[in-house]
Amino acid sequence: MSTLTDPQQGSFRLSMLLSDTRYRSYTFQFIALVALIVAMAFLGLNLVRNLAAQGLDISYDFLSSASGYDINQRPIEYDSQSTHLRAAVVGILNTLIVAVLACVTATIIGVFAGVMRLSNNWLVRKIMAVYVEAFRNVPVLIWILIIFSIMTVSLPAPSAFRGETPTSTMFLDTVAFTNRGVYIPAPVMGPGAWIVILTFVASILGIFALRKYAMKTLFDTGRIVPTFWPSVALFFLPTLLVHFILGRPIGLEYPELRGFNFQDGIQIRGSLIALWFALAIYTGAFIAENVRAGIQAISKGQTEAAGALGLRPNRIMSLVILPQALRVIIPPLVSQYLNITKNSSLAIAVGYMDVTGTLGGITLNQTGRAIESVLLLMLFYLVISLSISTIMNIYNNSVKLKER
Amino acid sequence: MKKSVFLGALTVSSLLAGAAAAATLDDVKARGTLNCGVVTGLAGFGAPDANGRWEGFDVSYCRAVAAAVLGDPEAVEFIPTTGKTRFTALASGEIDVLARNTTWTFSRDTDLKFDFIGVNYYDGQGFLVPKGLGVTSAKDLDGATVCIQTGTTTELNLADFFRANNISYEPVPIETNAEAIQQYLAGACDTYTTDASGLAATRATFEAPGDHVVLPEIISKEPLGPLVRHGDNEWGDIARWTLNALITAEELGITSANVADMAGTPGTNPEINRLLGTEGELGAMIGLESDWAKNAIAASGNYGEIFEKNIGENTPIGIARGLNAQWTNGGLLYAPPFR
Repeated sequence: MSTLTDPQQGSFRLSMLLSDTRYRSYTFQFIALVALIVAMAFLGLNLVRNLAAQGLDISYDFLSSASGYDINQRPIEYDSQSTHLRAAVVGILNTLIVAVLACVTATIIGVFAGVMRLSNNWLVRKIMAVYVEAFRNVPVLIWILIIFSIMTVSLPAPSAFRGETPTSTMFLDTVAFTNRGVYIPAPVMGPGAWIVILTFVASILGIFALRKYAMKTLFDTGRIVPTFWPSVALFFLPTLLVHFILGRPIGLEYPELRGFNFQDGIQIRGSLIALWFALAIYTGAFIAENVRAGIQAISKGQTEAAGALGLRPNRIMSLVILPQALRVIIPPLVSQYLNITKNSSLAIAVGYMDVTGTLGGITLNQTGRAIESVLLLMLFYLVISLSISTIMNIYNNSVKLKER
Repeated sequence: MKKSVFLGALTVSSLLAGAAAAATLDDVKARGTLNCGVVTGLAGFGAPDANGRWEGFDVSYCRAVAAAVLGDPEAVEFIPTTGKTRFTALASGEIDVLARNTTWTFSRDTDLKFDFIGVNYYDGQGFLVPKGLGVTSAKDLDGATVCIQTGTTTELNLADFFRANNISYEPVPIETNAEAIQQYLAGACDTYTTDASGLAATRATFEAPGDHVVLPEIISKEPLGPLVRHGDNEWGDIARWTLNALITAEELGITSANVADMAGTPGTNPEINRLLGTEGELGAMIGLESDWAKNAIAASGNYGEIFEKNIGENTPIGIARGLNAQWTNGGLLYAPPFR
């Protein structure tokens, strides 16, 4: 007869935290965590105490006082009597404007260049290789400065448009290219304009519905429904029809030279253009390489198999290769978007008033609150970058290989 | 228990570090050089010459302080600072004194914890425009595009001026003087605004200075002066009285040419004797040798000599003394007596 001594269930003794392998790892992790927290708290406390000893107490009161300076590009209402906080918000919006513009443009350039780099045409392939290597290997700050300098020096000043025989004229009488930026007509909303806009939104939804229907018909019956020309028609016709029926509620306000500058219209400042294009072509070169890598990651057999089925090269790319390549392309693309957002902080080189220029530049300088401003800046970039990552990860999850 | 000892030790050591940082004079003497913050390059006020030697109005002040403290006007480490980095450089102790056409304002003196030790140039903000623009007054600038150096008081003055006159403008913020010149000359801005002295210095570097004019309006008071960290009063005294010595020297007729003779034997004017150390113990009172003022003046001359050599009417900058003349000549320079 033998007695089995089962481990006693439910009787937990304190010593088991060290002796029992089931709990030991938790013990050590807990100790490490506490040590980490203590170390961080000590460093933080040390910082605050030393700052206080130097008479530099952390205070964010300055954010609610009047800023006293003007900003040229204002997406929201702002003047020199607004608060520093509002100046920071203006800067944040300006950062987002240039980041979004540059991300979209860089993606278009990158995908185009990446696909073209794999072209069968020797010349196209080499031109794209030169583009990628030239732009990828020169710092983006240099690109920003060179584009800005070229614009400043080569484009005419507004005064060149003045007088009886001006040396420069407006392009088609609607767009003025000057070294202060490009002036384009601005839409003016009359009564009933919102109906036109609603019609336009509805047409866009209609285009998506049509494509969905065409896809469904193709899968169900094998019949190909034409989508291209109907889409084009849907895009333009209803909106234009409503626009003219309602008596042209949306007008255009053309830029006009009055005083020192062009007035009316929308001014796209030279600093924005320089920053936008420099970020777009620079990051576009990296994205092109990502796209190329993604496409080359797809086995050549796929192309050949699709070709054997009788698909045309365009369709092979759009239906077979790109959907699979996206899985490889998206994750590095996220880093490129993050790079664009962070590189936009080089804006001050051309005087574009992004958040580094307002909060981290003028506000910091005029108030002397360097640590507070920089902490806020870090927080902003952190939040933006994490948001971009989150959104792109959601998208990545939707296109990645579903493993079951 | 052990931890509290450790923390205590840290506190003591940080206190000691604080005490050491406060005695700038000892630091400078131990180092053997003066760290002087200057502009990154502004003709006449502070720029390296063809041989890389720093020259200029503010630079001469640095040399005078180095001569007063260390006896050698060459014992200066010039640290170029921008409008944005200058205060951090001074607050962090990277530089001992900042001589970089910096405007004395209330908040800089109090909130930023600096001490302005005097005014070495009375300036005001002006506008530079091309003659072809046909503008004769700053009030005609409604709607103009204005180039402006960011991170300076000029930015705030500009906003105030245009708001007070109820006219609009488009600011183009620019990081350095060189970029501003490029933008201005290309016509990307109608006018460039900064301190009138800076405009004169900038205009002098143009190919055709005659095509540009500084508008008559001076829209702000810009008393420019050297500054030191708040809290080290001994060092502040040395910086302040070196500047006063240069100003007093001009008033009393002491120049770089005759200072050696005058310091050799006591003369008839007791203030000159006290200043040059042949009478009294003024040097010892601020912890320096008795010949401190003699060295400071010998470095690059008295205030008037420094002005004429670097930015005066016979230089390309061509600035008249104006407000910066001695009080005896209708200017604002008025140094307290040496006694």
